[in-house]
Amino acid sequence: MPRLLLFIPLLLFFVLAFFLWKGLSIDPRELPSALIDKPFPEFTLASLQQPERQLSKQDFIGQPVLVNVWATWCPSCRQEHEQLLMTAQADEIPIIGLNYKDERDMALQWLQQLGNPYQFNIYDEQGMLGLNLGVYGAPETYLLDAQGIVRHRHVGVLTTQDWQELKQIIKGWGSAKN
Amino acid sequence: MLKINIIAGLLMLLSSFMLSAAIDVYKFDDPEKEKRFHQLAFELRCPKCQNQNIADSNAEIAQDLRTKIFQMLNAGKNDNEIVDYMVERYGDFVLYEPRVNPQTYLLWYGPALFLVLGLGVVALIIRSRNKQYQQGNDHQPSLSNSEAKALDGLLKTKSGKKQ
Amino acid sequence: MNPEIGGFALIIALFLSVVLALIPIYGASTANEMWMSYAKPLAAGQFLFVFISFICLGYAFSHDDFSVVYVAQHSNSQMPIQFKLSAIWGGHEGSLLLWALILTGWTFAVSRFSKALPLDMLARVLSVMGIVATGFISFLLITSSPFARYLPRYPVDGADLNPLLQDFGLIVHPPMLYMGYVGFSVAFAFAIAALLSGRMDAAWARWARPWTNIAWAFLGMGITLGSWWAYYELGWGGWWFWDPVENASLMPWLVGTALVHSLAATEKRGVFKSWTLLLAIFAFSLSLLGTFLVRSGVLTSVHAFASDPERGFFILMLLALTMGGSLTLYALKAPNVKSESSFSWLSREVLLLINNVFLTVMAVTVLLGTLYPLLIDALGQGKISVGPPYFNAVFVPIMCAMSIAMGVSVAVRWRESTPKAVLDKLWKPAVFSIICGLLFPMIYGNGFEARVFLGISISLWVMSSVVTEFIGKFRNAQSITSRLKQLPLSYYGMMVAHIGVGVTAVGITLVSNYSEERDMRMQTGDTVEIADYQFTFQGTHVVKGANYMADQATIVVAEDGETIVTLRPEKRRYNVKNAMMTEADIDASLFRDLYVALGEPLEDGSWAVRMHYKPYVRWLWLGGILMALGGLLTVADKRYRQRSARQEPTNA
Repeated sequence: MPRLLLFIPLLLFFVLAFFLWKGLSIDPRELPSALIDKPFPEFTLASLQQPERQLSKQDFIGQPVLVNVWATWCPSCRQEHEQLLMTAQADEIPIIGLNYKDERDMALQWLQQLGNPYQFNIYDEQGMLGLNLGVYGAPETYLLDAQGIVRHRHVGVLTTQDWQELKQIIKGWGSAKN
Repeated sequence: MLKINIIAGLLMLLSSFMLSAAIDVYKFDDPEKEKRFHQLAFELRCPKCQNQNIADSNAEIAQDLRTKIFQMLNAGKNDNEIVDYMVERYGDFVLYEPRVNPQTYLLWYGPALFLVLGLGVVALIIRSRNKQYQQGNDHQPSLSNSEAKALDGLLKTKSGKKQ
Repeated sequence: MNPEIGGFALIIALFLSVVLALIPIYGASTANEMWMSYAKPLAAGQFLFVFISFICLGYAFSHDDFSVVYVAQHSNSQMPIQFKLSAIWGGHEGSLLLWALILTGWTFAVSRFSKALPLDMLARVLSVMGIVATGFISFLLITSSPFARYLPRYPVDGADLNPLLQDFGLIVHPPMLYMGYVGFSVAFAFAIAALLSGRMDAAWARWARPWTNIAWAFLGMGITLGSWWAYYELGWGGWWFWDPVENASLMPWLVGTALVHSLAATEKRGVFKSWTLLLAIFAFSLSLLGTFLVRSGVLTSVHAFASDPERGFFILMLLALTMGGSLTLYALKAPNVKSESSFSWLSREVLLLINNVFLTVMAVTVLLGTLYPLLIDALGQGKISVGPPYFNAVFVPIMCAMSIAMGVSVAVRWRESTPKAVLDKLWKPAVFSIICGLLFPMIYGNGFEARVFLGISISLWVMSSVVTEFIGKFRNAQSITSRLKQLPLSYYGMMVAHIGVGVTAVGITLVSNYSEERDMRMQTGDTVEIADYQFTFQGTHVVKGANYMADQATIVVAEDGETIVTLRPEKRRYNVKNAMMTEADIDASLFRDLYVALGEPLEDGSWAVRMHYKPYVRWLWLGGILMALGGLLTVADKRYRQRSARQEPTNA
């Protein structure tokens, strides 16, 4: 029996090595949203394009939507813009813009130059909605279901492949209902 | 090649907010609040950075969170409320001091358990060795006699020469 | 052609290390003296060719050869020459080459300075080191060659080294640290050789001990330098962040500390053999684990290398082979090593054992805290963080308990002490420490403070128990000088190292409890008072460095109205990457540091300025230096300096 005890260090090492090996396929910087399966936070903020218009959650509840957090100071947002335009053109899902800690004039200019994939844009100058949403950097994209519950968050540039994955999630809802 | 460029790009991005220490100036009406501010900023992790608390980080989000803490302190919130506020939005990830729950029992109580285990094993060893010792089984020198002689001989012949 | 020579030399070195890994050890198991004797020339050749390779990379850096990818990414023509050269180890590939250089260097040193070692033992030790070298050199060649080229077109200039690294710290810290990490491979090789040959007597311990102590001293020095570097370079004024990379260096140091003590008991009393072997295996394994953590990207850290799962996988395989292999060998062969003597329940053996438990649990705690987020994540339980508040809460109490036991251990003799004798020796330092601990916060601070009391009492206890024991040695001595000479150097080493622990503990206690820090908005002429010092901001001006531009502030510090120093912190912008960097300015002295860092310019022409008052912060590192010095003093003991012709001790 004491001889078997000598194998304990080896055993412990194998447990450790297993976790280290698992660790290789995990991205430690990928941070899941704390709001998954929770309702999108309440807010009242002005629209980017129509400063006099106040927007709230009620303006997009009722159907699945993408909420895209963007800003003109964010170079990666420019990279993903093309994909957003394509998604919008295919009319696959409404995209709501959350213009995050930006300047209105520059944001409007950006939309004019690059095209506007958004149904409308929430103008979050102070970043308070962003904070409530747990945004830690633009771009981020949230997928909400028809009840306005956050179902998925994507951090970073939304590529075509990412969009395909999102589409699968939405499809899943459709079949679940049937 | 592309990979290299991406990495270089990332490094550049990182470096732009990594290198300068975050120094900002909040005016506190109460030194006790200032102390709590520093404590909270020290214990909360910046969600975007590599591995920094929000006190040290110069990232945009860390600045926002510091400002938020400052505002909440001034609004009279207590520490728990502020921490809960952050966790609600950014998850347990932001806590440098993980909460004690079944998930972290091993983390929090593990060291004490190991210590007890280790000292228990030592106690067993001491008991058996002490018994041997009291029975007078301790007559073997640590070097066998011939080895001791050999080593001593070496020392004697060589120590005079110095190398 | 120069980089190609470097790559080619590395291939030859790999070839030599493979032969070294196979032939001498096989010779040892078949008692073939000729094959065993190949070990020495192979060790020399291996070192020579890695050295050539290293020189080639150095040449590429000093001559701005930006056709070499690694050089182009980590250097720039504007950089001062000393930083160009230390940029050799400023990134993953080059630092791995430094690792290989030091590993083969240690192998060469063992082959050169172990004339007293029996041939078969030497052959086994060198072969085991050859196995490790094979792993690392093939790692270099397969995944991380520093000699890859941009061809046919290459950049005109380099991308510059991260400005944080363009500092004296980079010149000294990594080589020191690696000397320690890699140095433990010698202890590891000795342990494997002992397991293979079944021979582990006092002579074995006497051979293994100096190498272990040297490695331990280097590692301690490396950690100390790293802490000091982070303190002045990051601009945060912190000296230890419990970052995974720091933890990765602390773990092998803690286990190494246990090993150094366990080896002492093995040498002197022939006890704890099996435990000593296990510690030797773990010390090196934790060094490898550290390499894995830093280079694989499984944990986020402020100073990890650009990480790559493929490299991580390679190191994991290396780790699995060395650790899996050695622990299997241990499980099979350890029953063959038997301890030779027994001891009473109150003896130095027992105290060393208890301290070993403390040190090991401390290392396990650091390991647990460092890897726990990974553990939780791998189990699909989400993301959590474990940081300084956790480590401070868990690590510090164990450290205190250990320090108390440490004071007792020096007063207890090998084999047996009577409780009365121990109490006689210890009551004075105990009373002294408690009284001073009580008084200190009242005199130095603003009244009683439990943490300061505890910290100061324990620090003084560690120091005064050693000093009392030392003085006790002279009680019956005829002449003090002859007694001084009579005491072995290893005794002085122990004393210095233990005092070092106390000194560090004083530093930790005081800097943690009495530091003051202010972040202020300052305009020219503004004065702030911190801890009886008046800091006056006298504006900024632009200065030009070799490869950066900086805003330099002038801050005059006065005490009681009398100017004592002018500090000039800078906010630098490095030309190549446009990277901003805070360069703090520090007025250092034994009892306090005044630390000033310059933040951002604010709208109204004022600047954000951070000022620290850090009492006794130097003691942290002073203690670290003393510990390392103690380790080296022990090695200098004349009983380890036998360089005679080989003389085979009879078998044990």
